[in-house]
Amino acid sequence: MTKIGLEIHSQLTNLDSKLFCPCRANYREYEPNANICPICMGLPGSLPRLNKKAVEKATLIALALNCSTPEKIAFFRKNYFYPDLPKNFQITQLNIYGNTSVGGPGHIIIGGKKIRITRVQLEEDPGRLIYEGNSSKNQITLVDYNRAGTPLVEIVTEPDFENPKQVRDFLNILSNLLENLGVSDPSLDGAMRADANVSIEGGNKVEIKNIGSFHDLEKAVHFEITRQESLHSRNIPIPQETRHWDDKRKITVSARSKEEELDYRYFLEGDIPWVRMEKDMLNKLKKEMPESISSKKERYVSKYGIPAQVADVLSSDKFYSDLFEESYNEKNAKEIANIITTDLMGLVDTREKRELSKFTSAHLRDLADAIQTGKITRNSAKNALPEIVKTGKDLSRIIAELDLGNMSDESELSKIVDEVISEESEAVKQAKSNPQTVNYLVGKVMQKTKGKADPKITLNLLKKKLE
Amino acid sequence: MHQVKNGDISVEEFTAKTMERIHQVDDSIHAFLHVNSDAIEQARSIDKKIKSGEKVGDCFGMPISIKDNICIKDTKTTCASKMLHDFVAPYDATVISRLKQQDAIFVGKVNLDEFAMGLTTEFSAYGPTRNPWNIDYVPGGSSGGSAASVSAFECVASLGSDTGGSVRNPASFCGVVGFKPTYGLISRFGLISYANSIEQIGPITRTVKDTAFMLNIISGHDSNDDTTIDNPQDYLSGIDAGIEGKKIGIIQEMVGEGIDPVVLSATKNAIAKLEGLGATCEEVHLEMVKYSVAAYYTITATEAGSNLARYDNLLYGYDFPVEGYEFNSYISKARTKFGPEVTRRMILGGFVPSAGHAGRYFLKALKVKQKLTREIEQLFKKYDYLIAPTVPVLPFKFGEKINDPIALFLVDINTVTANLTGKPAISVPFEMSNGLPIGVQIIANSNKDKSVLQAAYALESTVKLPEVPI
Repeated sequence: MTKIGLEIHSQLTNLDSKLFCPCRANYREYEPNANICPICMGLPGSLPRLNKKAVEKATLIALALNCSTPEKIAFFRKNYFYPDLPKNFQITQLNIYGNTSVGGPGHIIIGGKKIRITRVQLEEDPGRLIYEGNSSKNQITLVDYNRAGTPLVEIVTEPDFENPKQVRDFLNILSNLLENLGVSDPSLDGAMRADANVSIEGGNKVEIKNIGSFHDLEKAVHFEITRQESLHSRNIPIPQETRHWDDKRKITVSARSKEEELDYRYFLEGDIPWVRMEKDMLNKLKKEMPESISSKKERYVSKYGIPAQVADVLSSDKFYSDLFEESYNEKNAKEIANIITTDLMGLVDTREKRELSKFTSAHLRDLADAIQTGKITRNSAKNALPEIVKTGKDLSRIIAELDLGNMSDESELSKIVDEVISEESEAVKQAKSNPQTVNYLVGKVMQKTKGKADPKITLNLLKKKLE
Repeated sequence: MHQVKNGDISVEEFTAKTMERIHQVDDSIHAFLHVNSDAIEQARSIDKKIKSGEKVGDCFGMPISIKDNICIKDTKTTCASKMLHDFVAPYDATVISRLKQQDAIFVGKVNLDEFAMGLTTEFSAYGPTRNPWNIDYVPGGSSGGSAASVSAFECVASLGSDTGGSVRNPASFCGVVGFKPTYGLISRFGLISYANSIEQIGPITRTVKDTAFMLNIISGHDSNDDTTIDNPQDYLSGIDAGIEGKKIGIIQEMVGEGIDPVVLSATKNAIAKLEGLGATCEEVHLEMVKYSVAAYYTITATEAGSNLARYDNLLYGYDFPVEGYEFNSYISKARTKFGPEVTRRMILGGFVPSAGHAGRYFLKALKVKQKLTREIEQLFKKYDYLIAPTVPVLPFKFGEKINDPIALFLVDINTVTANLTGKPAISVPFEMSNGLPIGVQIIANSNKDKSVLQAAYALESTVKLPEVPI
């Protein structure tokens, strides 16, 4: 049986400051090495100052993953030399001297399958290395320390996955979960990274590192299973090792053996006193924990009669579900769910588009209202949306400017219906024998009125004239 | 200083006298690594404040020397190492900013064993400091420059750091007062770490009162150091409370094998004096002391190996261009500038906590630390103070022990306990032998720092030392 386990790193991107200093956690908007201070640079004499908010956010993740929380947490030093590591050690957490990480064993159910969580730990992210120059002769390495010290949560799973698809599903759900908790924005570049370990029946565990994206992770796991199976079928033993994902060739390659022998000499970080996980803090976190995605979905279906598929899409993306929560009421819930999932999604499907868009939940409410009171048709609403997103103008103004108001004047509509009947003799014949096909004619009327014809009046007129 | 406060002489005059004294004696003592050339200028601005009736800080221009492992903004901070030859600190340590606020004048940065690792100041990369009582003798260490500068009247007070006795040992050898407070009483922000879980900054002064005065300024909670404790005290008020009725334990493991008979007799005299003041003294045992030095070196080596790993010379350090090197080869080469003692401890620090060896060494050392703490706290249920010689041997000559690490390590035996257990301990100069001072050490339970000063003050009042000959 194939066994796959994951180590996921997620930055706590929604925090204000880094894990041990007042520098900004959002390092992305800075020029290189402009978001640094003596503490995150590890200058002689500097000391870490633990960001208690980071402990809370990491604990929130642990609670959402049903992890146990210890009485006290501690930090440890992981010692190794690397140019992106200003102190040449990383402050992290460990469970080898008792459960002292923010999260102990837990689990999450994905599609009916239980995935066990080994632990959740809080640590600092290193800086970033940028390589420049193309030949080995003129290659230089640049270091940007803006990221150094950013709060990072590592989530380690047991080897409970059996195939790459389960891995992919888990990562999607985890990513939505972190976003829903309000701790991280997984869409930010590098905010979520993952390593995997893979073993097949009768083989040793192989770790894969350096995987850039979740998409590549699925590929890497797939490649690794195929590689191991082909070795196994030829009776070649599979050694326990660390392999790197080669992004260009899309294969895994054995890491230098030196790297595997690294001894991190873990020991307690004396500069950070143990932190007691006060009951009050845990209770407050549990109380303030946002509603889970599955509970949201369940509520959307049972309370508002929103179709399961729509509810699924709506609940799993925090941006859409927040929008929904802000704009719905008992009457318009279904209509709003509909507008979001069928019309709005295509307009704001990327981070840039969302940032540029000018619409608010009030617009959605107005739209639903206008549709329900027959002020505009669904079709017109669809036409109004891009303009709302672009300009943020009031719906009433957009209706006026784009002339989207419903055509409900019977005499005017009657003329158009007559035109259609005379033009579409074939369809009229069919409609007479099979009333189901009358919708084709309604569509034609819509075409002529640019979607503004009141569908009910149109249908009645058509039915009357065809009798 | 009294004359300055009374207005008999100006801060400038007093500072000029101090600077003159440094120029006179420091060629033979070599306590200073850098002298502050702006000291007179700073004195003038304090005089101006006094004249204009502005509020002047409690230090009134008091000349203070600072061990060169404590950061003063825009000042070189070398740790007496070639590795940090060109490092200029971009900020003030908390103790420095607190003293600045009180109008202290830093006359200069003083010598130490490289990165505070040593007991004689012979391991400074910039040459040793000499003992003002006899320049053929070591001043102790690692805060040798601090103790020598106070003893030789080159300043009124100094700040040192004490990881295993580095304040108390040189204070004892130089005949001055040296205090290691409860762990967390004084902020370590700006102190360049050697073994951060057990070390503290500590004042070195000529009198116990001066130590209390310094503590009033530099101690207390600091948001820049998460390990600081909040226990506000006025260390000067009631310092003469005396020790009548107090119970004192004499640690037998610190007056046993290897102790110099002269030191032993001085300790006995001190005990007699304390009993004369109304205390009762009894022999007590602290069994774990025999493992304490081994545990101390294991823990400090482990932490030093990690704390000093950042010195890869990439961002600061000394002039050594990177061109032509790959990361690993560059840092290997750059790090050869560390001196022999630092190198020795870092090699040890790479070994004792490593996978496969941690169980035999590092984890065992932590167990000793834990057991020793439990044992000493048991004693403090019954005794107010514990007493022992600060160093069980007399000051020795240069070169006498530097090549015998084992002999040097035994010099630590009486001081490391206070560090491993986090307890406050003070060394008070008590007697002279052949023109060299002997110190007595008083230890108390955590947060009893004020009580330690009261006992030290009582003992000090029974002592009259001769004038330093230099």
